[in-house]
Amino acid sequence: MQIYADALREGWSLLVSDAAGVWQVVVTSLAVSGTATLIALAIGLPFGVMLGAGRFIGRRAALLIFNTGMGLPPVAVGLVVAMTLSRRGPLGDLSLLYSKTAMVLAQLIIALPIIVAVSAAAVGSVPRELQLQARSLGASRLRVGVLTLAEARLGLFAAVAGGFGAIISEVGAVQMVGGNLAGDTRVMTTAIVQYTRMGRYGQALALAIVLVGIVLFVNIWLTSAQTSAQRWERRQ
Amino acid sequence: MRHVLRALRARNLIALAVAIALVVSLAACTGGQQATDTGTQPKAETSEVILASTTSTQDSGLFDVLIPAFEKADPEYQIKVIAVGTGEALKLGESKDADVLLVHAKADEEKFVAAGNGTERKDVMYNDFLIVGPKSDPAGVNGSTDTTAAMKAIADAGKAGKATFVSRGDDSGTNKKELKLWTAAGVEPTTTVDKWYESTGQGMGETLKIASEKDGYTLVDRATYLSMQDTLDLGILLEKDKGLLNQYGVIVVTDAKNQPGGQAFADWIVSPEGQKVIGEFGVEEFKQQLFVPNANQ
Amino acid sequence: MSGVAITVADVRLKLDKKSAFELAVDRLQVGAGEALAVLGPSGSGKTTLLEVLGLLRPVQAGRILYDGQVADRGSRDDRLLSAAVFQRPWLFKGPVASNVGYGLSARGVPRAERSRIVESMLERVGLSGRGGDSALRLSGGEAQRVSLARALAVSPRILLVDEPLASLDPMLKRRLTEEFSSIVRDTGATLVWVTHDQDEAQIVADHVAVMRDGRVVECGLTQEVLNLPGDEWVAAFLGLQTPQAGVVIGVSEGLSLVRASEAEVWVAGETEVGSSVDFAVRPEDVLLFEPGVDLPLTTARNRLSARVVSVEPRGATYQVVLDARGVLLASSVSRAAVRELSLAPGAQVLAVFKASAVTWRASAAAGGTVAASGEDSTHTRDRHLNTAHGGPAE
Repeated sequence: MQIYADALREGWSLLVSDAAGVWQVVVTSLAVSGTATLIALAIGLPFGVMLGAGRFIGRRAALLIFNTGMGLPPVAVGLVVAMTLSRRGPLGDLSLLYSKTAMVLAQLIIALPIIVAVSAAAVGSVPRELQLQARSLGASRLRVGVLTLAEARLGLFAAVAGGFGAIISEVGAVQMVGGNLAGDTRVMTTAIVQYTRMGRYGQALALAIVLVGIVLFVNIWLTSAQTSAQRWERRQ
Repeated sequence: MRHVLRALRARNLIALAVAIALVVSLAACTGGQQATDTGTQPKAETSEVILASTTSTQDSGLFDVLIPAFEKADPEYQIKVIAVGTGEALKLGESKDADVLLVHAKADEEKFVAAGNGTERKDVMYNDFLIVGPKSDPAGVNGSTDTTAAMKAIADAGKAGKATFVSRGDDSGTNKKELKLWTAAGVEPTTTVDKWYESTGQGMGETLKIASEKDGYTLVDRATYLSMQDTLDLGILLEKDKGLLNQYGVIVVTDAKNQPGGQAFADWIVSPEGQKVIGEFGVEEFKQQLFVPNANQ
Repeated sequence: MSGVAITVADVRLKLDKKSAFELAVDRLQVGAGEALAVLGPSGSGKTTLLEVLGLLRPVQAGRILYDGQVADRGSRDDRLLSAAVFQRPWLFKGPVASNVGYGLSARGVPRAERSRIVESMLERVGLSGRGGDSALRLSGGEAQRVSLARALAVSPRILLVDEPLASLDPMLKRRLTEEFSSIVRDTGATLVWVTHDQDEAQIVADHVAVMRDGRVVECGLTQEVLNLPGDEWVAAFLGLQTPQAGVVIGVSEGLSLVRASEAEVWVAGETEVGSSVDFAVRPEDVLLFEPGVDLPLTTARNRLSARVVSVEPRGATYQVVLDARGVLLASSVSRAAVRELSLAPGAQVLAVFKASAVTWRASAAAGGTVAASGEDSTHTRDRHLNTAHGGPAE
C-alpha cells in the first residue's frame, strides 16, 4: 500500500503547489476536448435530429454508419489524421500535425458519431404523436424541432456527456497527433502515460485523480439531470 | 489470496509488470508473504525472466535477434521485455518487478548498484548518438567543431527564433545524455521559458517524427535513426564525436523473483556468443554496426 | 367562430408497403359546424383518417376540401384551421399554462392576450388557476382537460378529437364525454370525434361514419346508423341484429303494417302498400313476457310470440336473440329476468315493442333512397330517410 500512499501524497502536493505545471495540462485537456465537443455538437446535432426525426431514403444506412462510428477505435482515427496532416500527407502544407488544432480535429472525429447516434436515438424516442400534436396546434417545422429537442433534452445531455467523456479520457489519438509537447499539446491522458513510463507515479496519479474527477463530475451532472427528468416523467 | 499467489509462483498469469506490482503490494498488505514458505510447487518447464530496458533499445530492433538467440542458447528461460524509459526501468528494478536491466545511464546505474538494488553492473556495448536536424540546418551545426559547440549553436539559433530543438523529456537515457550535453554547453533550456525547446515526453521514434514535422533538431541514437531515416526529413549533422558515445550496462536485480534467470541473461550477453550477436546486428540491413560490443574491454 | 365544411374525395393512403392496410375513403362529408363521430373497431383506420383530415399526414391520392376548396398541407392558413385532441394528452414538458398557450405562441399572439385566453380556456375546462402546475403531474382526466383547452385556445374552426377519454374509468368517462361534448359544441367548430364506443358517439355527434379496414362502410345520422345498421357487419359491430326485410301490407292512422316471414310488425309512419322495407328494433326497446300472461296496460302494438335462440351475457345485462316466426330480434334483459322467465335456447316468450321503436327504411333492393357511392359498399344515407322518430318526411 505504500506505493499508493506515497503517490497520493506526492500527487496531492503537486496539485496544491502546481510545481510541475499540472494544472496547465488540465486546462489544455479541457480546452481541447471542450472545443471538440462543441464543434461536434454544432455539426452533429442537426444530423442527429434529421436522422432521429426525419424519414428519408438512406436514413437507416446513415444510422448504421454513425452507430458503427461510435465504436471507431480512436487510434485508427489518430493514425488517419496523423497521416493526413503529416508533411508527406495531403494536408501537410498546413503544418498542423502536433498542434492543438490537430488534436481538436481527431477528437472531433471520435466524438461526432457518438453525438450523432445518441442524439438521433434521443430524438427518435420522442413520440411521433407528440410532434403531430404540436403540428396540429399550428407549430412550424422549426418550432416542432425545438420542441422535440426540449423533449429529448435528457438524451442530448447523454450525447454531450458521452462525447466529452470519450474524448477527454482518450489517449491514443491525441498522443499520435498532438505529440504530448510540454506546455503546448500535453493533455492529462498523454501526460499520465508519460509520467508512468518515467516512473513518476505521483505526477501520474495526481492527473489521474483530476481526470477521474472530471469524468465523475460529468456523470453526476448527467445523473442529476436524469433524476430530475424522472420526476418530470410523463404519466401518460 | 492464496490461490492467486500460487498462480503467481507458477508464473503463468504474469502478463504485466504493473499487474505484478499491484498483486504483490496487496499480498503484502494481507500478510500473504508467508505463503512463499508453504506448499510445494511444480517446477516450471521454462521460467520467465523480466528484462527492463529502454524504448530506444526496443525500437532499434536489437531484441528481435538478441532474445531468440539467448532463448536458444538457454531454453530454460523465456525473456519478457518491458521497454520503458531508463528512469522507470531502474524503478522497476528497485521494486523487484524486473529481474534484469539493460540500460544506458552509467552514473544512475552505478548508484543503483551502490544502493544494493543490483548485484553488479557490467558494460555490454555502446552505440553512438547523432545530432540530426533539418537539412537546411539553420543553426549551422554542420560547421561545428564538436558536440558542445553544436549544442550552443542550436540554443543560440533557437533563442533567435530560427531553430527548434525537440527533446525526449522523458528521463530516458537519451534524455539524460541530452541534458548532460546542454550542461556542458552552458545552456539550461526549459519548456516554459524557451519557446524553441519542445519536450515530447515520448519515445525516440515519436520524438524523431515530431522533430521532422517541426523542422527541429534532436539527439538520437544511431540505431533508431537508421531504422527510421526513410520516413524522416532529417539529416545527420554531427556524429562520431567523443561526446556522443553511449554506454550500455546490464544489471542483475538483487533478490529478484527470477534472479537466476536474470543472472543467466547477464552472463550470456557479455559472453563471446552474446557479444557476437550484438556485433552483427544491423550490419546486413544498414551496412554498419549499430551497437559496438565492449564487454571484455 | 363558425365551422368549416370538410369533404374527403377519393383519398388513398398506404402507411407501410408491407402491411395490407390501406385508408381508402371515396367520399365523406362533414357539414360546417356539424359533429361527426367516426366509429369503428381498433385498426380500422379512424386515427389515420383523423390525421388526414387535419392535414397532419400526406395522402398518396385524392384530396381534402375545406369549404369546397382544396386544402393544402403546405398552406399555413389551411393548417391553422384545425386543432387536435389525441387519445393520449401528449402534454409538453413545462407548466400547464405554456401547454395551453402553445398554439397561441405558434401564432405569434402577444403575451398579455395569450395569458388572458389561457386563463379563460382553463376556466372553461374547469382548471381555473392551475396554469402554474407541472403539466406532466396531472391526473389522466386533468391532462385531457388541458389537452382540450390547448386545442380550444387557438379557436379552431375544425376540432379533431381522437377518443381522448378511452383510458379513463367508465364513470368519469361518461361525465367528461358529456362535458367535453358541450364545451366543444359551444365553440361552433366542425367536430370530428373518433371513437370505438357507440354510446360515446351517440352523446357527441349528430352524424356517424362507420369504418372497417380503412374504408367508410356506412355514414349517416347517428340515430339511424345506430338503430338500423346498413349491413350485417355493421350490425354485428354494434351488437345488433341484421335488419329484417319485409313488405308493407297495410297502412292506417300513421302506422304501417309490415309482413316479414311469418310475422307482422307495426311500424310508425305511412308508406305505399306493397313497397319493400328493412327494419330493426334496438334490443333495449324489446320487452319479454311469459307467453299467455296478462299484459300490463301498454300501448305497444307489437306482441310477437317468439322462441329463444340464444342467451349471451353482455356485461350487466343479457342479450337474448329471438326468432319470432322467422323474424330475428334481440332483447336486452336483466339477470333477474333471465332467471324469472327461465330464458334458455328453445324457451317460448312474448316479445313486446312499440311501433315507434322500430326504425325502418325503404330497402335498397326496391330502388329506395339509399345511395351507394362508387364501387365500394359505403351506404351513404340521405337526410330525408324515414325514421320512426322523425316520421316520414317529403
